[in-house]
Amino acid sequence: MEMLEGPILTIITAATPLLLAALGELVTERSGVLNLGVEGMMAVGAVCGFVAADLSGQPFLGVAAAVLAGMAAAALFALLTLVLVANQVASGLALTLSGLGLSALIGDAFVGVPGLGVPHLHIPGVSVIPFLGPILFGQDILTYLAWALAIGVWYVLFRTRTGLVIRAVGDNHVSAHALGYPVIRVRLLAVLFGGAAAGLAGGYLSLVYTPQWTPNMTAGRGWIALALVVFAAWIPLRVVLGALLFGAISYLALYLQGIGIGLPSQFLSSMPYLTTILVLVVISRNRVLLRVNTPACLGQAFVPDR
Amino acid sequence: MQKFLAAVGAAAILAFAAGGAGAADKLKACFVYVGPHNDGGYSQQHDMGRQQVDKELGDKVETSFVENVAEGPDAERAIERLARGGCKIIFTTSFGFMDPTIKIAAKYPDVKFEHATGFKTAANVSTYNLRWYEGRYVMGQIAAKISKSGTAGYIVSFPIPEVIMGINAFMLGAQSVNPDFKVKIVWVNTWFDPGKEADAAKALFDQGADVLIQHTDSPAGMQVAEARGLHAFGQSSDMSKFGPKAHLASLIDNWGPYYVKRVKAVLDGSWKSTQTWAGFADDDIILGPLGNMPDDVKAMAQGTIDKIKSGQFFVFTGPIYKQDGTLAAKEGEKIDDATLLSLNWYVKGVDDKIPQ
Repeated sequence: MEMLEGPILTIITAATPLLLAALGELVTERSGVLNLGVEGMMAVGAVCGFVAADLSGQPFLGVAAAVLAGMAAAALFALLTLVLVANQVASGLALTLSGLGLSALIGDAFVGVPGLGVPHLHIPGVSVIPFLGPILFGQDILTYLAWALAIGVWYVLFRTRTGLVIRAVGDNHVSAHALGYPVIRVRLLAVLFGGAAAGLAGGYLSLVYTPQWTPNMTAGRGWIALALVVFAAWIPLRVVLGALLFGAISYLALYLQGIGIGLPSQFLSSMPYLTTILVLVVISRNRVLLRVNTPACLGQAFVPDR
Repeated sequence: MQKFLAAVGAAAILAFAAGGAGAADKLKACFVYVGPHNDGGYSQQHDMGRQQVDKELGDKVETSFVENVAEGPDAERAIERLARGGCKIIFTTSFGFMDPTIKIAAKYPDVKFEHATGFKTAANVSTYNLRWYEGRYVMGQIAAKISKSGTAGYIVSFPIPEVIMGINAFMLGAQSVNPDFKVKIVWVNTWFDPGKEADAAKALFDQGADVLIQHTDSPAGMQVAEARGLHAFGQSSDMSKFGPKAHLASLIDNWGPYYVKRVKAVLDGSWKSTQTWAGFADDDIILGPLGNMPDDVKAMAQGTIDKIKSGQFFVFTGPIYKQDGTLAAKEGEKIDDATLLSLNWYVKGVDDKIPQ
């Protein structure tokens, strides 16, 4: 049992950036907007978070900067796709590429600088319970935020009127508009939320996970988050499962090598992707479930009075 | 009309030639990096060498660099662009640039090429390498003295001879202090990925390793060691600021002196294709700064470094046994450079299989 404590802690922290970005993208896609720019938003979030924390000496200022940077990038995407009605797929890809490049440019002077890290929670007395203590009560603040966000997204989307409106806009924007709901505004807020979450995910990487900045440090996690949302059938709790599964298999692949299992390392590197896709596809086999949860207007441009 | 066109043509050619001649005042020395020039590791050390060339020969030489060049077809394009652009000596600083360098060198016989850590040469291609294994032997000795669990974690990138040499030298050094010392190896299949390196470090520490050594380029592993109160060695550049309490030593590459020497050779026309393999002896690698260890360990490490520097001790001196038990070198016999440069077997005591 003692032996599992370290791995579980690592898996939870490895899953956090994926979870944050995927939850944000889930809300965005539920409102009908397909934002492929997650990787770019994560990258700008990561660099702005690191720069702000390094210049000010306050890690939490870095977290705030990461969120704002993600939102700024998302705002640009919203301008393109919601106001100017540009193609969502193309705009998202453009956001990814330019986000990665811009982040490298901004962060150029900060490569090779050690980061400060974010303090871990320490509830006196409770955190020292063996095994459960550190896992439940010894994490860093952002990991708790990710868990809270998962529950919050689920609750808001499926138990509140706001969530109903978001899903309505995503399923049939014409009807929603006819009913008087502000489609563009709802989508704008959903996109901004997605950007904030992606920025936070990026900030987590550069402030907590490996407190440093290097170009391309997101290493494709934005794409993984995008895939998680789809394979999890846009259901928040399945996104949590997918993120944890991916984190767990990634860690296991490295752990197995250390033990000395003779499997080729390249095969082990592909395991997280293969396993997560397989598991999520299998549990989402139900066609009715899929049809109910897929936002019917995903990726379709909306122009009132057309 | 024809006379007019001829005159314009002649003027254009003259302008071109004049422009070309004007730019040929300073020798162009160009560098190709596999990572960012300020990665805090491998490529940064190459860049510091380039800056030394600027400092010492700035009046006669103009340097430039291309960074983040992926090994493969992109490398070919990057190197060719430099050769076409007037570079007279091009330093390609990663093993994976080997074949692209040879290919482009054949097309541009007037340009000199220097390829790091490779083994293919040509009339206008030299190779240069560092005997990192010398440093890794000493690191093995330090690890065996410092480790309480008797196990080290080793994060490695790709199964090329240089990496295998490093693992073997580390084990030989550790075994000279503790014959039962163990090493756990994780292949991350990349030279630089902080997230993955951090995960690998955590996995190794979770399995009982308490000293970390890496053959990858980011300081992520050092940060994990610092967070867990364990120890780690840095790679390529001084990583002590990433782990003030964890840092034992960093294997620092000092390319400056070699770069200055080679550029000077081009300037005075004495450049010839050579294969250089330097180590502690010429200060081309430095193991430092030694810290977070008891004084007797520091003294032992320094003593070994001095012995290697003076030529008194050669790391791969027998008796050395291969992983399968066969004898690779008899007592007192030294393994030759050619064998080392194509090394593809582990020494006895390494619990791993080389990936194919």
